[in-house]
Parts: sequence; C-alpha cells; structure tokens
Amino acid sequence: MTNGISILSHTQPESGAAALTALTERVTSALGPAVVSHAIAFGELTLVVQASDIVYALTYLRDDPACAFRSFIDICGADYPQREKRFDVVYHLLSLRHNARIRVKVQTDEVTPVPSAIEVFPAANWYERETYDLYGILFSGHPDLRRLLTDYGFEGHPLRKDFPLTGFVEVRYDQDEARVVYEPVQLTQEFRNFDFLSPWEGTDYVLPGDEKKSA
Amino acid sequence: MTEHNIRNFAINFGPQHPAAHGVLRLVLELDGEVVERVDPHIGLLHRGTEKLIEHKTYLQATPYFDRLDYVSPMNQEHAFCLAIEKLAGIEVPRRAQLIRVLFCEIGRLLSHLLNVTTQAMDVGALTPPLWGFEEREKLMIFYERASGARLHANYFRPGGVHQDLPPKLIDDIEAFCDPFLQVVQDLDDLVMANRIFKQRNVDIGIVSVDECMEWGFSGVMLRGSGIPWDLRKAQPYECYEEMEFDVPVGRNGDTYDRQVIRMEEMRESAKIMKQCCAKLREPAGQGPIAAIDGKFAPPPRREMKRSMEALIHHFKLYTEGFHVPEGEVYAAVEAPKGEFGVYLVSDGTNKPYRCKIRAPGFAHLQAMDWMCRGHLLADVSCVLGTLDIVFGEVDR
Repeated sequence: MTNGISILSHTQPESGAAALTALTERVTSALGPAVVSHAIAFGELTLVVQASDIVYALTYLRDDPACAFRSFIDICGADYPQREKRFDVVYHLLSLRHNARIRVKVQTDEVTPVPSAIEVFPAANWYERETYDLYGILFSGHPDLRRLLTDYGFEGHPLRKDFPLTGFVEVRYDQDEARVVYEPVQLTQEFRNFDFLSPWEGTDYVLPGDEKKSA
Repeated sequence: MTEHNIRNFAINFGPQHPAAHGVLRLVLELDGEVVERVDPHIGLLHRGTEKLIEHKTYLQATPYFDRLDYVSPMNQEHAFCLAIEKLAGIEVPRRAQLIRVLFCEIGRLLSHLLNVTTQAMDVGALTPPLWGFEEREKLMIFYERASGARLHANYFRPGGVHQDLPPKLIDDIEAFCDPFLQVVQDLDDLVMANRIFKQRNVDIGIVSVDECMEWGFSGVMLRGSGIPWDLRKAQPYECYEEMEFDVPVGRNGDTYDRQVIRMEEMRESAKIMKQCCAKLREPAGQGPIAAIDGKFAPPPRREMKRSMEALIHHFKLYTEGFHVPEGEVYAAVEAPKGEFGVYLVSDGTNKPYRCKIRAPGFAHLQAMDWMCRGHLLADVSCVLGTLDIVFGEVDR
C-alpha cells in the first residue's frame, strides 16, 4: 500500500474453446434471425449480423449477463470491392467479466447507412467518424459525421481499394502566394508497385500477344 | 457591463503548443476560465499507415509500427507480430519470448518515464523531465545495442526477434535495474509527494468505472478507476505467465492515482526485466531467437554461405516475402498506454489485405470533451497529460 494505491495480483482463466461454443449457442439463439452467420476461427468468435439489427445486437451483447461485453474496443471498416455489398463494418467488444472477446460484422454498400452505435457505446463516435472518413461508410443517427483524420476539405475516401496509394493531390508552400497550395500529384519517377508474388502461384501475367492465343 | 456583452470565448489550443504533446488542435469553448466544450481536431500527423501497410509485404510493414507510438516502439511491433503468428500458427522459441518481454518492459519504462515527467511539466515542474530523460537515454542505448536504432528499432520479427543479445548487454540491463529503482524513488519523492503536484492533480479528471467501459478505456486509465485488468495477467501472451509481478490498481480514478500507478508500474517492469535477464542466462533460456524452419524468419548469415536451402529461403523471404494463411485475427498487447490491438485480415497472399490498428490513445483522446467539462482552462493540459497521448498512434 503506497500512496493509497492497492496492489493486486490476479489471474483469471481465459475463455476456452468450450466457453466460446456455449457463448455462440446462447448468442445465436437469443438474437435469432438477426444473425446471418457465425464462425469460430483462431479461437475468436465472429458474428455476422443484419446491418439493420446492429444496435439491437450490440445492446444484447452488452446487457446480457452471460455475455457482458461492456467494454468497447474498436469499430473499423474493410473494403471488398468485388462484393455487391462492398463494405464490412467490424465491431470488436471485450467482456472483462468473462475475459472474452467477440467480433461482430455487418455488410453495407456506399449508399446504405448503418445505424450508429453511439447510443450503446458513446465511444463509437470517433470510430464511426473515422470509418466514414476512410471508407465513406454512412452511419444513420450519428450526431456529427465529420471527417476526422484526413485534411480539412479532403476529397475521397483513402482506404478504399480503388483509391491510389499516392492520392490525387499534393501540397507545397508557395512563396509567391505565401500559403500552402494544393496541386495534382506529379511523380518525378513512375510509381513502382513491385509484385513479388511468385509467378508459379497466384499471379496471372498477360504477356503481350497472349491475348491472341484463343483466336 | 450590460448583459448582452457577456459571451463565451472560443480559443485554439495548439496545433503548436508545448503542452499539446504533439500536433493536437483543441477548440475550447470557455465561459470565463471554465471549459464548456472541447473539440479535438486530430489528424495533423495522419500518414496513412494502414493504407501503406496494405501495399507492403508483412516484413516491410513491421517498421511502420515503430512510428505509431514512437516512445515505446517495440510494444507495437509486438502486437503486429502476434497477429501474424496467430494467423500462421508460428511457435516462438523461448529465448525470443524472453527477449521480447524484456524489451517490451523497457518500452514501458520509456513511455511511463516520458509521461509522468512531462505531465509534471504540464502542471509546472521543470526538473522531473530532466531526471526522467537521463534514464530514457540509457534505455535507448539498450535499444541501440540490441537493434542498431535508438528509436525506430524494427527488432521484432514474425517468429522471433532479429538478432540475439550479446551477453554483456544482458549484464548491463540487469545492472541498470537496481539503480533505476532508486531513480524512481527519487522521482517519487520529488514529484508524487510534491504539494503543488497534488494540488493540480488530485480530484482532477475523475473517471468512473462505467465511463471507462463505455468509452473504451484501457491500460492505466482503466486501472486508475479501480478495475484490476491487465492483459499481461488476464490474457497472457509470450512468457508473461511465468513472470512474477503485481498490477497496481487505483481507487479514485483521478489524475493523481493514474500517475502514481505509472510510477508503480515502472517498479514492476524493473522486476520483470530482472527476471528476464536471469532466465536468459539459464540453460532453458538458450537456443534460437527465431523460428528455425526458414519459412518466416531468415536463416543465419553463416548458414547461407554453405547451404543452398538457406540461400533460397533468404532470397524468397526478402523478395516475395512469406504468405500468411487466409483469415482474420485480432491480437492485442498491454502497451504502456493501454490495449494496443491489431485487426489483421489476410487473403492468403504476401501482403495484408486489411490491417486496422487499434490505438489506445485514440479512445482516450475522444474523452477529452466530457473529462474537461466544468474544469478550469489550466486543467486541460493536466488532463491531456494524464491521458498519455502520443500523436503517432492517434493519427496513424
């Protein structure tokens, strides 16, 4: 006991595979049709739920005593352009009581908003702003859906797969105008994106002339 | 003065302000000297780390993690390596685990020394940073002797660490620990017992248990409010299970408690470091420092001169890089600032498909608004200091 701080040694058992299966059963039966699919991989539970039911699902996971995922961890986006609903919104929650983690995913596209989780977890505010900023995913019911990380007046959503790594504009200080100016990106050297994948697996190089092969 | 002349002030705190701990712009709305609203504008240090990582092989992506929370670089690398190892199912040799734990604790010292002393500077003390930075200098020299770099180490690799530690370095780190405890005690006497420091910190920025949970707090912010939660104990990774250390927990959830916890954690870290050094000398602590099959970590240089197989492995690792099986994982470590997590999605190629970095500082900074409401303007820098913000990880 120093300075009014109590020292504590503790060890809690981490939730094992059996506990995870039991949790899956309980959650899927309680949420019913809201759950699209569920999977346990690498010792982690992933739920895919209907986008319209996300607030209901998160509220249940937070309030049900057998889940008690009261601690908010993360919200992020992911982009799969080949899919019809190209975006995933991924929620990570942590239960301190049961020492367990859960991942909840919903799918959406560029125009369909996902209900905001702010009412369940106020911390979702910035995480949703970030997801909107980087992916352009819309959140309905968010009080303040401004850009967060990118520049004031930035255009585009940089983490989308179709956004180029170099971006579209670059900035420099202009001596004559005495301010920072925005200009289209000009690369003095061509942008090199090395494709190191082995040509024997994965890649599909089309050599010049190969397109005539089938003719 | 007539009534309509009374209005609220809106002032900019930063982006260039010594107490902003980096490039933070706070738009403060003040009623006299009382803070009504705080609107943090972040992103001034945004470098698009997650986008860059998607365009690099796994090995090339590791150094980006040094540049997130740049006061404790190896702790972030650790999270990324753990995520890859979880996906690929790599076993880390025991010696590598010990080295990792040793350097993660050094990282914790680096971070806490910076935070405790500069927070003291934010509330008016000038000497503590000088004392703290002297120790940080020694620790950074350990970094340099292990990895070749004082700051951006790039030392942890998927499957182990880059190079083995020389025996003299282990001796020197162990010799550092005991005198360091004395320095912590001196800092304790100088700062924690100081009347002004207490006046500025006690009962400032109080966070309740419920608020901690719903605002996504972790690390010291959580423990300051009395929640005994430490990932090193609760979800032990590497060889933390066999280490003996305690988790200090606060009672009041105010700024002072959190600073005291950081001081206490430094003592615990020194304890872990000593155990690591002892274990590294034991016969059980000898052996390889990276996975030896050559599929994830490169073979030793001398072997490459003799073995064709080793040469091929080396070539493949540094051109194509290794492939990580398809899947998604979330791996988290107890970084000095809280839970630092990596959500990694792999599509089976040599580059991450998506790598989301969950930085503790991001969740903490978000709380500035309600934590500062009703406090005085001078308390803003005090609360900002206790949140332990580093913009590398907040802005990514």
